[in-house]
Amino acid sequence: MGNSHHILVLFAHPALEKSRVNRYLIRAIQGLDAVTIHDLYETYPDFHIDVKFEQNLLLSHDIIVFQHPFYWYSSPAMLKEWQDLVLEHGFAYGHEGKALKGKKFLSAITTGGGKEAYCRQGYNRFTIRELLVPFEQTAVLCEMEYLPPFVVQGTHQLRQPEQLAKHAEDYRRIIQALRDDAIDWERLRQQQHLNYNLDQIILTSETSQYV
Amino acid sequence: MSNQGFFFQAFIYLLAAVLSVPIAKRLGLGSVLGYLLAGVIIGPFGLGFVGQEGEDVLHFAEFGVVMMLFLVGLELQPALLWRMRMPILGLGGLQVGVTAVIVGIISLLLGLSWQMALAIGLILAMSSTAIVLQTLNEKQLMRTDAGQASFAVLLFQDIAVIPILALLPLLAIKPDTAVTLATNGMILAADPAAASSLSAWQQALLVMGTMGGIIVAGRFLMRPIFRFIAATRLREIFTATALLLVIGITLAMQKVGLSPALGTFVAGVVLADNEYRHELESDIDPFKGLLLGLFFIAVGASINFNLLVQQPLLILTLVLGLAVVKFVILFVLGRFFRMELSQNLLFAFALAQGGEFAFVLFSFALQNRVLPIEVTEPLVATVALSMMLTPLLMILNDRVVQPRFTRTEPEPEADEIDDNENPVIIAGFGRFGQIVGRLLMANGCQATLLEHNPAQIELLRRFGWKVFYGDASRLDLLHSAGAKQAKLLVVAIDDPDKILDIVKLANKHFPHLKILARATDRRHAYELIRHGADVIQRETFGSALAMGTEALKLLGVRSYKAHRAAGTFKYHDEQALYEMAHLDADETALIARSRQMAEDLAQLLQSDHEELTHEVDRAWDISELRQQASGLQR
Repeated sequence: MGNSHHILVLFAHPALEKSRVNRYLIRAIQGLDAVTIHDLYETYPDFHIDVKFEQNLLLSHDIIVFQHPFYWYSSPAMLKEWQDLVLEHGFAYGHEGKALKGKKFLSAITTGGGKEAYCRQGYNRFTIRELLVPFEQTAVLCEMEYLPPFVVQGTHQLRQPEQLAKHAEDYRRIIQALRDDAIDWERLRQQQHLNYNLDQIILTSETSQYV
Repeated sequence: MSNQGFFFQAFIYLLAAVLSVPIAKRLGLGSVLGYLLAGVIIGPFGLGFVGQEGEDVLHFAEFGVVMMLFLVGLELQPALLWRMRMPILGLGGLQVGVTAVIVGIISLLLGLSWQMALAIGLILAMSSTAIVLQTLNEKQLMRTDAGQASFAVLLFQDIAVIPILALLPLLAIKPDTAVTLATNGMILAADPAAASSLSAWQQALLVMGTMGGIIVAGRFLMRPIFRFIAATRLREIFTATALLLVIGITLAMQKVGLSPALGTFVAGVVLADNEYRHELESDIDPFKGLLLGLFFIAVGASINFNLLVQQPLLILTLVLGLAVVKFVILFVLGRFFRMELSQNLLFAFALAQGGEFAFVLFSFALQNRVLPIEVTEPLVATVALSMMLTPLLMILNDRVVQPRFTRTEPEPEADEIDDNENPVIIAGFGRFGQIVGRLLMANGCQATLLEHNPAQIELLRRFGWKVFYGDASRLDLLHSAGAKQAKLLVVAIDDPDKILDIVKLANKHFPHLKILARATDRRHAYELIRHGADVIQRETFGSALAMGTEALKLLGVRSYKAHRAAGTFKYHDEQALYEMAHLDADETALIARSRQMAEDLAQLLQSDHEELTHEVDRAWDISELRQQASGLQR
C-alpha cells in the first residue's frame, strides 16, 4: 500500500431524497476510513456557509472531490456559493494564497443526458470535459492537480438496481484507490473520464507492492 | 367485614404484590407470574392468609378485566376495529369452533356424554384475556402481528361468552331443574337470569337499546360532560367521572344480561376519538393495574393444590394436554392465516391456556347441572395451572424459540407499523405549539397534541385537529400519549417552570425521545440545555432577529447583506448561548437574577463587539485584489 491520502467529498444535492444515483454513490463511500463526506445542503440549509470551518477542512485533506448532479452545465447553487466564499483571495489563490497547492481535485458528477448528447452532434454540443473547464481552471488557478472527472451519464435511463450498483461500486473503488495511492498516475492522466478504464488505472494490491 | 379485617387483608395482598412482583420482574419472569406466585404463597395452600374469601376477592377483582377492556377499547378507533373484522371473526371464530370440537371429541373419547363434552369444549376454548394482554403489553408485543391476532381471538372469545352462557343451561342433564345462579360471581360475564323475565324480542330490544345508548351517549353526550368536568380543573373529579362511567356501564350491562367487559369495550371504542381519551386512560390505568394484580393474586390463591397432591398425574396430564392441544390448533390456524413462523409461534404460545371465563363458566355449568363437581374441580385446577404456565411458555418462547429467528430476519427498511400513535407529541398547542404543529402537519407528519385549556381544544377540534386534554407535566399522560413509541416531544407550553419539569421528566423516563423545548428567555435556555433538551428555541429570538433585519433594510442596507448579517449574528449568538450554558451552574445560581441578566448582556455586548465588527463576507470584498492589482501596475 502507498501512503494514505485524506479525501474530502464536498457533496451538493438540493433534493437528495429525490435522487437515486447520487444516493447510491454517496452511500457507497460512506464510512470509509480517511474519507470525509461533507453534505453542504444539509449543513447550510440557509446558505450561511462557515468560511473558516470550510477552509480548515480543505487544509486537513489531500484530495478534494466535488460530488453533485450537473445542473445547467455547472454545479447546484450551493457549491457555487461555496466556491465564491471559501476560495478566498489570499487563501486559495493570489500571491499569498497557496493553501491548496499540490492537492488533487476531482469532479464526480451525474448527468441526465447520455454520452451521445455530449458531443458536437449531440444536443449539448460540447463534451463533458469542455463543459467542466471552469472547474478545471479553478483547480489550476489554485495550483491543484485536476483529475479526469468521474461521470455517471444517462441517469434518466438508469432504472435497474444492478446498473446503479455497478456505478456505486466503481465510485467506491476509485475513491479507495485514490486514498491508498493505488493508482497508475501516468495512465490516469491520459484518460478523458476516470471511470471508463478503471481496471487499467487502479493497481491491485499485488502490483502496487512493486511500484 | 370488620375494618380491621379489611385493612389486614389489604395489607396482606399489597405486601405479597410489593414483595413478589419486583422479584419476579428482576428474575425476568414478568409481573403476571409474580402476582400468581404471590397468590399461591398467601393462599390456603401456602401460608394460609387467604381462605375461602379469596373466592369473593377473585370475583371483585374481575372488575380489573372489565377496566382493561375499556382501556383496550380506548386504544382502538372504530375504523381500526372495522379493519380487524376479518381476524376477529375468521381467526377468532375458527379458534373457538375448532378448539371446542377437538376438546369435545377428546372428552367423548374419555367417556363423557356429548352434552358434557360440548360444554367442556366450549369452556376450554377460552383463553385468558387478562394474562395474555398484560404479558404482551409488558413485553411491548401488542403491535406485532401476533399481538394483533391474539387480541382479535381474545375479543371474539369475549363476545362468544354471551351465547355460550345462553347455551349452557340447554345442555343440562336434567333440563327441568330450575336455573339457579349465584349472582355474586357475575361481574365478568353476563347474567342471563337478570333479564329472563322478559320475552325474547323484548330482551333483544333491550340489548340493542342499551348498546345503542352507549354508542350515542359516548359520541354526543360525553364530550360536553368531560369538558364541563375538565373546566373545574379538579383532577379527582375527573377520575371520579371516569370510574363512574365504567361502573355505570357495568351495571347497565348486568341489568340487560350482557357481558360488562364487552360493554365497556364498546364504550372504549366509542370514546377512542374523544379528546379526553388520554386523560381517561391515565386515570383508569392505575385502578386497572391494581385490580388486575389483585385478580392474578386471587387466581393464584384459588389453585387447588389438594387435587394436585392427590392426583398429580391426572392434573399434570390435563394441564399439559390442554396446552398442547390449544397450541397445535392455534399454530395450524396461524399457518392457515399466513402468519410468519416466528409470529405464529408467539401467537400459539401466548394463547395456549384456559381463561378466567372458564372459572365463571364452570361454576355456571355446575349450578345448571351441566357438569358434575367431579369434572369441574380438576378442570378448574387445570385452567388455573395452565394460566400459570403461560408466562413460563412466553419465557421459553422469548429465550429459546425466538432467538433462532432474529438472525434470519432482515432489518425492515422502514417502520411500517400501522399505528394510531404518532411519532411526534406536541405539549401545548397555543401560540407557539400551533406554528410547530401546522408546519409538521403541512408536511405530512402526524402529531399528538396535548393541551390543557378546554376552550382552546373546543376551537381546534372544530377545525378538525386532533387535540387531547391533559397536563403534559404528568408522567402517566405522557405515557398514554405514546411517549414510548414517539420519536419527538415538542414542549411548547408557556409556563417556563413547567417546561423545565417536562424536560426533566421526559429525559428521565423516555431517554430515547428527542426533546425540543421552548425557552422563554436566555436564563431559561441555559437551564433547558443543562437538563438535556436536544433542541431549544428562544420564543422571541427568531422574530426579533427578523425585525432587526427589517430595520437594517430600512436604514439602507441591501437586503441580502442585512439577511447575512442577521445569519452571522444568529450563529454567533447561539454559540455564545451554549458556551454560557455550560459555565459553572452553581456560581451563576448564586447571583441574583436581575443582576445576572445585566451581566449576561454585558458579556454578550462585549463579544459582539469583538467578533462581529470584522467584515461579514470577506470573499466578496475585492479591495485586497485591487490593492494587489495596483501594486503590479506600479
